[in-house]
Amino acid sequence: MTTTSSAPVLSMTGVSKRFGAVQALKDIEFSVEAGEVVALVGDNGAGKSTLVKTIAGVYPPDEGHVTFDGSPVTITSPAQAQDLGIATVFQDLALCDNLDVVSNLYLGSEVVRNRALDEVTMEKESWRLLRELSAKIPSVRIPVASLSGGQRQTVAIARSLLGRPKVVMLDEPTAALGVAQTAEVLNLVERLRENGLGVILISHNMSDVMAVADRVVVLRLGRNNGIFRVSETTNQEIIAAITGATTNAVSARAARKATQEESA
Amino acid sequence: MSTPETPTAAAPVGPTADQSSLPADLQDERLIASQGLGGWASAQLGRLRSGDLGSLPVVVGLVLIWGVFYALEPAFLSSRNLVNLSLQMVAVGTIAIGVVLVLLLGEIDLSIGSMSGLAAAILAVLFVARETSVIIAVLAALGAGALVGLLYGTLFNRFGVPSFVITLAGLLALLGLQLRVLGNQGTINLPFESSLVRFASQQFLPVWLAYVLALLAPAVYALSAWRRNARRAEAGLSTTPLSRLALRALGLAAILVIVVAVLNRDRGVSYMFLAFLVLVVIMDLAIRRTTWGRSVLAIGGNVEAARRAGINVKRIYLSVFTLCSTFAALGGIFAASRLASANQSSGGGDTNLNAIAAAVIGGTSLFGGRGSAYSALLGILVIQSISNGLDLLAVESNVKFMVTGAVLLLAVIIDSLSRRSRAAHGRA
Repeated sequence: MTTTSSAPVLSMTGVSKRFGAVQALKDIEFSVEAGEVVALVGDNGAGKSTLVKTIAGVYPPDEGHVTFDGSPVTITSPAQAQDLGIATVFQDLALCDNLDVVSNLYLGSEVVRNRALDEVTMEKESWRLLRELSAKIPSVRIPVASLSGGQRQTVAIARSLLGRPKVVMLDEPTAALGVAQTAEVLNLVERLRENGLGVILISHNMSDVMAVADRVVVLRLGRNNGIFRVSETTNQEIIAAITGATTNAVSARAARKATQEESA
Repeated sequence: MSTPETPTAAAPVGPTADQSSLPADLQDERLIASQGLGGWASAQLGRLRSGDLGSLPVVVGLVLIWGVFYALEPAFLSSRNLVNLSLQMVAVGTIAIGVVLVLLLGEIDLSIGSMSGLAAAILAVLFVARETSVIIAVLAALGAGALVGLLYGTLFNRFGVPSFVITLAGLLALLGLQLRVLGNQGTINLPFESSLVRFASQQFLPVWLAYVLALLAPAVYALSAWRRNARRAEAGLSTTPLSRLALRALGLAAILVIVVAVLNRDRGVSYMFLAFLVLVVIMDLAIRRTTWGRSVLAIGGNVEAARRAGINVKRIYLSVFTLCSTFAALGGIFAASRLASANQSSGGGDTNLNAIAAAVIGGTSLFGGRGSAYSALLGILVIQSISNGLDLLAVESNVKFMVTGAVLLLAVIIDSLSRRSRAAHGRA
């Protein structure tokens, strides 16, 4: 699963963001290559959401350089991020329950023919897209409300792919999903990588991260706290980086247990 | 979308030979195949069981209402009375089309009655007192409607005040404006020989034209469905079986021909009634077949999703409030024309609630995102049948109000129940 190393499609250096007296991000280094899955992990308040929103154009950064596809850019609005080719699937999927899959996929960018909606083309393209993702959606003409959580996630991801993005950001795509549905979404993430997209995966679930990510970027208190290749690291190492190595309750407890066992 | 298709061999589980011969949208093995007319019937039954009632409750209700009134007063189903019914339902029905639109957004307009009254007053004052031409009077009344709607939309977008409150304020303000426009005259009668009054109560389609239209509509439907089938087949998607298409077109033709035949035994199909039907069809196409309509449904379903999808939400709100008030004004014009007068109580009384009730009874959800323009037609048919039937039985208006209220309550309960059931069956 290792990717042939190439120039990153998106890279950020020295990115900082302040909210009043709070330093939300400080000197962040971050990059993602085409055909690579980068997991972004960290505790609550580590700055994951802020970084995601910086990339998505919701919060322009105070300092730092962003290059996209080899050229420097400043992302100032969500629309601009989308135009560049950065698609974001937020945690609340923002689907219209009352509309069917085709309508949801093409919402806001409907195909029009003779001034009327071109349902045939949209349906055909929807199937092509879903097949490309090997998505398991029984029918594209049923309301989204009747789909399972994993299928809804699939629709949301497929929707983000319609604009032919180069980078897809997934915010907690497996939160609140069952075992089978989580696997479905992880398959989908792998499919995105095979299709040559850069995938940024935000997750709290270590087993998901270890299962699909190529690299793991750890944030702690708004700073980089380690970048790991999944093939060369362990779960413990990443958790230690997330929680702050030795100065925390988890490792202190582990250490105490160890000394107790030795003395016993 | 010019990228080449990925080879199907790359798919982890290739479709089996007999599955790949199916159209692209029917290949999933979990889909319950429904082939032929029998399959169609059982699929429809399953839909009903899960609470996706569509227009069935209205049709059943209508048959019941007509049956009861016919038993009590056989003149109810006479051609003469049905022609009256077709004339009576147009004004409030037109207002109800606008209500359907705001309800689809999940909003409400409570001032439609006052708006229709104001439009009637403007029409009468300009046409009779100021002696302007019909066209100018009508355009001024419609323009007033559009302006009021634009104002509502702007207030809604700018200040985020719930539409319920804005239009409640509008209800009073427009009523005041209506009284002011009428001045101390109180009642203005439109001359009987004027083109408006003749249009609303005396002009009927020639017999042959009514039949031609009754056959033309299903023919157009069949043709467009057939062309759609051809395009779907070309795209490798499933098509509607010809037998089902033919059945639908023939069914539509049968209904229309019977209606025309019954109405033609008396005065016939009025131009005003035809205008109402055409408006319903146009709005139905606008809702189902245009980007605008899709945006309206999306906003009714999930505003935030619509906004993130890049839909200009404010523009849609503005357009819908404007259309709703304009339809209310048009309804007021129809009402004034049919009654040949505008007075201080035009658009008052039960106009407001009847229009909203019609939209809801017809099957448009109060919760937004679900409904169709045809619910204005079906709903007003129910409401007006009750009103007309009770009038025939010479029931006093206190009973009329109570019965209409009970029917509205029933419709809303059915809406809520079917919504709950749809959610349970994954069709919400």
